[in-house]
Amino acid sequence: MTAALELEGLTRRYGEREALSDVWLSLAAGQTLVVFGPNGAGKTTLLRVLATLLRPHAGRVRVLDCELPAQAWAVRGRVGVLAHEPLLYRELSARENLRFHARLHGVRAARVEELLDAVAMRERAREPLRTLSRGMVQRVAIARCVLHDPELLLLDEPYANLDPAAVELVQPLIGARAGGHPCTRVVCSHDPSGGLAQADVVLGLQAGRPVLARAASEVAPEEIAGLYR
Amino acid sequence: MSATRELERPAAAAPAAGVKRQTPLWQTVGALLRKELLVELRTLESVPGMSLFALSTFVVFHFALDRASVEGEEAAGILWVTLLFAALLGVNRLFVADADQGGFDGFLLAPVERSALFLAKALTLLAYLLVLELVAVPAFALLLLGPAPWPALPGLIATLALADVGVAVIGTLVGALAVHTRARDLLGPLLALPLLVPIVIGASRATAPLLVEAHGSAPASKWLLTLGLYDLVFGLIAYAVFDFLLED
Repeated sequence: MTAALELEGLTRRYGEREALSDVWLSLAAGQTLVVFGPNGAGKTTLLRVLATLLRPHAGRVRVLDCELPAQAWAVRGRVGVLAHEPLLYRELSARENLRFHARLHGVRAARVEELLDAVAMRERAREPLRTLSRGMVQRVAIARCVLHDPELLLLDEPYANLDPAAVELVQPLIGARAGGHPCTRVVCSHDPSGGLAQADVVLGLQAGRPVLARAASEVAPEEIAGLYR
Repeated sequence: MSATRELERPAAAAPAAGVKRQTPLWQTVGALLRKELLVELRTLESVPGMSLFALSTFVVFHFALDRASVEGEEAAGILWVTLLFAALLGVNRLFVADADQGGFDGFLLAPVERSALFLAKALTLLAYLLVLELVAVPAFALLLLGPAPWPALPGLIATLALADVGVAVIGTLVGALAVHTRARDLLGPLLALPLLVPIVIGASRATAPLLVEAHGSAPASKWLLTLGLYDLVFGLIAYAVFDFLLED
């Protein structure tokens, strides 16, 4: 199986502080990596490095067979990022936001309508995002994340603000078989049992350092709970 | 920072397996421009503020100078200084929505040329300046200008066009530089003013002969040429360095 992600000693600093320190990892295409760790452990930084939004300061990073940062241009448009911020404009409607991103990615307008249906937002699609609830905005952000049918999904607490019905609704879009085929995913989670259930590989971070990096089948929920103590 | 730099995308090479084809530059610029204008239409945060500022400044000058009208160098100076400070309001707001709402990240994740953002923002600022001048120049003629403005109009339009291009280019560059700093509202004008002073000088000198009773038929060509050259030089500098401003 080809590796979708290969990290060899990845280090990233903010000034003097190391947000990620010496992370080693390999993830095969079609697998799900779940990253656990308390606030400030470096989960979001890891996602931003993989998304080409931050440069690694040391180590080797390969994403979808491309070396970062040198070949970052070849990764863009192939990853879908769902961050804490929805990356959407508050004054624009759901449809306008999605159409804007569709144009940037060269995606046909019909795909926007498909996704508005998929996240059950067609009826509110004309309202400015600032008037929608957080859960609704999260559904639109999920639609934006998968708009261009990415090969790699980078999901930072994807089910935040979603009610159980909405979680079920977005599962076909960002779940392990998103788009009807095994999808490579990196998911940041604070839910030990839920996260572990969807993981093939687990990475546990504490203060930027990897303290757990194993196949999910070899990890007990108590070990993950221990990361937060 | 990493010593490794991002390599440029091979211009003519066919995309390798899996690599997304880059969205054409003008399609990207069009998408960005449409978004910018939609956001401004919804929020009305920039253009009305710029126009109101210009109108208030002319009223203040009208009373402060305690004169019914001005002409020549004085008129040109008042007009261009007012337009410059009004433009700075727009420069300060140019990237705020992108920085605060994740627009930069959304853009950087797409398979697009980064210079498209520069072109779209400069065109946006140019559009703002055009609307500003449609309000401010007639108001200036009504409130302050002594001579009739009509004979001066063709020369004034040429000067405004050249000056606007320079303000848009420099404003976009400075706006992108300042927006990531904590003191962006202060830093933007501080960085922009020294770079915009030559435009004010050139535009004022070009305009002054037009705003007198016995005006000449055309603005001083030397100053128009200076403005054109300044636009060209800063256009090339901005195009060359803008990508780096978006990098981590």
